[in-house]
Amino acid sequence: MFDLVTFIPRAVGQGIPLLFGSTGEILTEKSGNLNLGIPGVMYVGGICGVIGAFFYEQSGSNIPALSIMIPLLCSLVGSLLMGLIFCFLTVSLRANQNVTGLAMTTFGVGVGNFFGGSLIKISGADVPSIALSATSAVFSKKLPFAGKCGWFGEIFLSYGFLAYLAIIIALVAAYIIKHTRVGLHLRAVGEDPATADAAGINVIAYKYFATCIGCMIAGLGGLYYVMDYACGVWSNDAFGDRGWLAIALVIFTIWRPNVSVLASIMFGGLYILYMYIPTGMEHMEIKELYKMLPYVVTLIVLVITSMRNKRENQPPESLGQAYFREAR
Amino acid sequence: MSETKKETAISVRDLSKSFGHVHANTHVTMDLYKGEILALLGENGSGKTTLMNMLAGIYYPDEGQIFVNGKEVSIRSPKDAFNNGIGMVHQHFKLIDVLTAAENIILGEEGKLDIKSACAKIREICDKYGFDVDPNKKIFNMSVSEKQTVEIVKVLYRGADILILDEPTAVLTPQETEKLFAVMRNMRSDGKAIIIITHKLNEVKEISDRVAILRQGEYIGDMITANTNAQEMTNMMVGRQVVLNIERPQPLEAPKKRLVVEGVTVVDEEGVTKLKDISFDVESGQILGIAGISGCGQKELLEAIAGLQPVQSGSIRYINDDGTQEELIGMDPQKITQMGVALSFVPEDRLGMGLVGNMDLAENMMLRSFRDNNTPFTDRKKPHDLAEKIVDTLDVKTPGIDTPVRKLSGGNVQKVLVGREIANSPSVLMTAYAVRGLDINSSYTIYDLINMQKIKGVAVIFVGEDLDVLLQISDRILVLCDGQVSGIIDGKTADKNTVGMMMTKLGGEDKNED
Amino acid sequence: MKTNNKEPLFHVVRRDDMSRKKAWTIRGIALVAALIVCALITTALTGDNPLSVYATIVSGAFGSNRKTWVTFQNLSVLLIISLALTPAFRMKFWNCGGEGQVLIGGLASAATMILLDGKLPNVLVIIIMITSSILAGAIWGLIPALFKAIWNTNETLSTLMMNYIATQLVAFYTVVWENPKGSGKIGIINQNSCVGWLPEIGNKYFLSVLVAIVITVILYIYLYYGKHGYEVCVVGESERTARYVGIKVEKVIIRTMVLSGALCGVAGLLLVGGINHTITTTIAGGQGFTAIMVAWLAKFNPITMIFTSFLIIFLDRGAGEIATVFELNKSFSDIITGIILFFIIGCEFFISYKVVFNSKNAKEERK
Repeated sequence: MFDLVTFIPRAVGQGIPLLFGSTGEILTEKSGNLNLGIPGVMYVGGICGVIGAFFYEQSGSNIPALSIMIPLLCSLVGSLLMGLIFCFLTVSLRANQNVTGLAMTTFGVGVGNFFGGSLIKISGADVPSIALSATSAVFSKKLPFAGKCGWFGEIFLSYGFLAYLAIIIALVAAYIIKHTRVGLHLRAVGEDPATADAAGINVIAYKYFATCIGCMIAGLGGLYYVMDYACGVWSNDAFGDRGWLAIALVIFTIWRPNVSVLASIMFGGLYILYMYIPTGMEHMEIKELYKMLPYVVTLIVLVITSMRNKRENQPPESLGQAYFREAR
Repeated sequence: MSETKKETAISVRDLSKSFGHVHANTHVTMDLYKGEILALLGENGSGKTTLMNMLAGIYYPDEGQIFVNGKEVSIRSPKDAFNNGIGMVHQHFKLIDVLTAAENIILGEEGKLDIKSACAKIREICDKYGFDVDPNKKIFNMSVSEKQTVEIVKVLYRGADILILDEPTAVLTPQETEKLFAVMRNMRSDGKAIIIITHKLNEVKEISDRVAILRQGEYIGDMITANTNAQEMTNMMVGRQVVLNIERPQPLEAPKKRLVVEGVTVVDEEGVTKLKDISFDVESGQILGIAGISGCGQKELLEAIAGLQPVQSGSIRYINDDGTQEELIGMDPQKITQMGVALSFVPEDRLGMGLVGNMDLAENMMLRSFRDNNTPFTDRKKPHDLAEKIVDTLDVKTPGIDTPVRKLSGGNVQKVLVGREIANSPSVLMTAYAVRGLDINSSYTIYDLINMQKIKGVAVIFVGEDLDVLLQISDRILVLCDGQVSGIIDGKTADKNTVGMMMTKLGGEDKNED
Repeated sequence: MKTNNKEPLFHVVRRDDMSRKKAWTIRGIALVAALIVCALITTALTGDNPLSVYATIVSGAFGSNRKTWVTFQNLSVLLIISLALTPAFRMKFWNCGGEGQVLIGGLASAATMILLDGKLPNVLVIIIMITSSILAGAIWGLIPALFKAIWNTNETLSTLMMNYIATQLVAFYTVVWENPKGSGKIGIINQNSCVGWLPEIGNKYFLSVLVAIVITVILYIYLYYGKHGYEVCVVGESERTARYVGIKVEKVIIRTMVLSGALCGVAGLLLVGGINHTITTTIAGGQGFTAIMVAWLAKFNPITMIFTSFLIIFLDRGAGEIATVFELNKSFSDIITGIILFFIIGCEFFISYKVVFNSKNAKEERK
């Protein structure tokens, strides 16, 4: 077999953006909003962090606390704006969620690549990417003792703070959804907004908050990817299709963020498995087929979950539908 | 109007609400007193539900004032309604299927989530008024009457003093209705004010102290229940003299067997037995009424005959005029038509099954006829003509043939559906809850249409919920109880109590007529 | 007890049917508003005056004879993909797999061109190409349709996953057929023999336009006058109604998705056999997704779709020109497209609803 001690940290690194994305999307979907703009949101979350870090690094100062806070805040604000656009269009203006989501993905990926490209030009680099090594060093700082604990340290302690934050957010989200009044109300809004409304729950507010917070969480996935996983290197289109995988994970985990912790890491593993399967120099093309794995597995899992059609495992009843109180 | 001095619970003054060009309520002025049960009467589309929804905060009035306990209030949301002590039990239950009864009841409250103490409080309310609810049961596992109980408990849990019940008895058996009325009387003596919307005049007489009547969005007037009668109430609702009588005409030809159902058993996908060993026959020129609590197998029975429901065992045979027989089990609707069996079916869910809400009248006519030629193209002319004919002959109120049917009112939707189903001269006609939600005029149009088919020699299966109507229109009544035949009785001699008992208990009580 | 006597500032009510003319006027206004916003953004980024920004957009799309033809060619390809998705969407089957269906169709064309070069006469190669790419697209549509029909699997995600599987398949064959070795791409296929190059009609752009016109007309008739089109509509509106009148829902889902995939296959054929003569993983260029929006904006009407796909292509070409002229990033056009879509999506609200302001004064006047 291959080296698990190097494989697992890589898988976790791949899985964390997916975890952020899927947790965000689960919160969003629990409120009945199907946000297909998550891939775009994650790009925006990433690039806004990069912009913040870039200008902070350019200014020449280097205070660790600030080099975390500035990109973090920029990223959160960027994805919040995306969330607000989505909410304004689908909740306030009751637009079709599928189309709005896709338009957001086009827009978000465009924003990411446009500003990414512009920064690359400003920095005048030879390669088509920007490296923010100083910021990245702060973001990917391992836990203390990681180096002293051997394989245990490698597997469990060797990640930047955002990775632990992702897991905490996912667990907290799972707790809130299941065990608190806010969670109960959120589920009610997603299942049947008319009923929730009649019970005196502010449906619009819940949809706005859930979707915007969901977007902010998802945006952190983009930030983690650039700052920690990619070591602060932004290159256009590098984030790829992880946003769509995050959406697929939502169904895979049956709308449970706690399950998503392990599921994301597993998907992360599938994503990079091809690098660990020896194919020999003669048949490099086989690697391309191994890259198919996460998608094929998702597809198979989708089919299997749809075969076991249980009442508890259904998506929120009103998912994808706009709510209008005076509908008649 | 009332001589005794009563405190008003709610007063509305000059309340108006319109939807687009439709004036649902115009300048309604009405009072509700503490400790009374007020029946709100009106035909469909007369604006009862809209008016109540404005009190419950679902709709916001265009103009007018609402006073609660003498103070003017603005009810902008259901929350405001709760805060003013107004609680409404909607006709379509506002419950969330995947949550438990307790979770549904505490929905919308604030503060820390504490299911345990909520359950205790729910049990307390149940004991006080005589309800029976399991707080930890999920809604999707509940019967209709259980769901309704949860709704009422929910309103009481919120401390409502003013209760609005929108057609609460439509889905209940006579026995369950009695239970509900007993609870309502308990609440009345507790000082609560109750508004009940219902179509059933005998229930108005039984439960209410006062009747208020709406017609075409306007408040017509009120009467002390004890001083009025069904005929007077109807006249006020409709605005003119109405004859309350369903005929039972004789067919032109002597009845003969048309459809034989033998030992039919249906088990659904989850393994629940929906129908068990059902046997009966239907004769041409006769109406077979089917009575039963809602959801005890009526839908499955009709769908099994129509070829929409897989059947585990038994046989359903169609008998041609020449005596030859065709087995219908295992056939789909298309094959049944191809076999030359003219089977028409007016399903319960008009816009979800019988018609396509977003399609216009002509396109809906095509549903039955679009395969009628041998080209790959559809014939648009014939359905268009048929739609025009139905609009003319059945007096369907519609802006035009190209209006989507979902924009029509309930009665007009049903006329379109029934019109289409009788257009291809059926030999068997099945109708499920044909007059549910229809006003009196439309209901009588539908009864007439069904009777006309009967005279022509069509074998009619009429699934109904209003026992008075079933007893008047049916030649025989088959009573279903929990997926089994509880008995088949003669419509002319049957009485309501017997049927009611048979609905809840196999074979009813000892006395079984026929 | 908390009672509030203030009335809400405004509330929203549903409109009656608005006349078609008025609805299109609103959409037009939204478009103009969007164009103004886009021009302002461009001006902010480039410092050019807004009017010349518009001029640049127009010259990007129609600046020369060649540019005009390229615009029409791109329009045709996008239109074909949008048309391909339309039957599925009218059935409320959210086919997000246009991208993969186009790619796989293109891959089948490329495979035929590479494998049969010099082995069969050109005419036969082309016939096999056409069949194989249509077939490949159809299969890519069939797989999620089967899942949906049998197990009711969520089609949005299954079709999305099929996209990536197609992408990886193309990546795999790109390595296998790499030419020249080490370049990481396939290069122009059959550059000298031109085997499998679709024939030019008039010029090298017109073929796609012609195919698009033919498909538009046929699909319009199929959807609006055919029995199949009617069945698709009924299934889309209500599966229960469809079953009630004896339409076999599973059969319709499968048939319609096969058609949808097959038409995407045609787009792949044109891209590989007629336009690029090579294949890359990005040859569909996200048009599978853009087409979803094009189809939706056109309310799934094939004729209207000509205009919506024109709008998208026109902006894309124009924004691309702005990016070149002002040395901006190519992704600029995505941002512009996104903004315009937001406006058009948002304006539908004003067609279906109206906002009523509650003011005491207005009420007094009415009395």
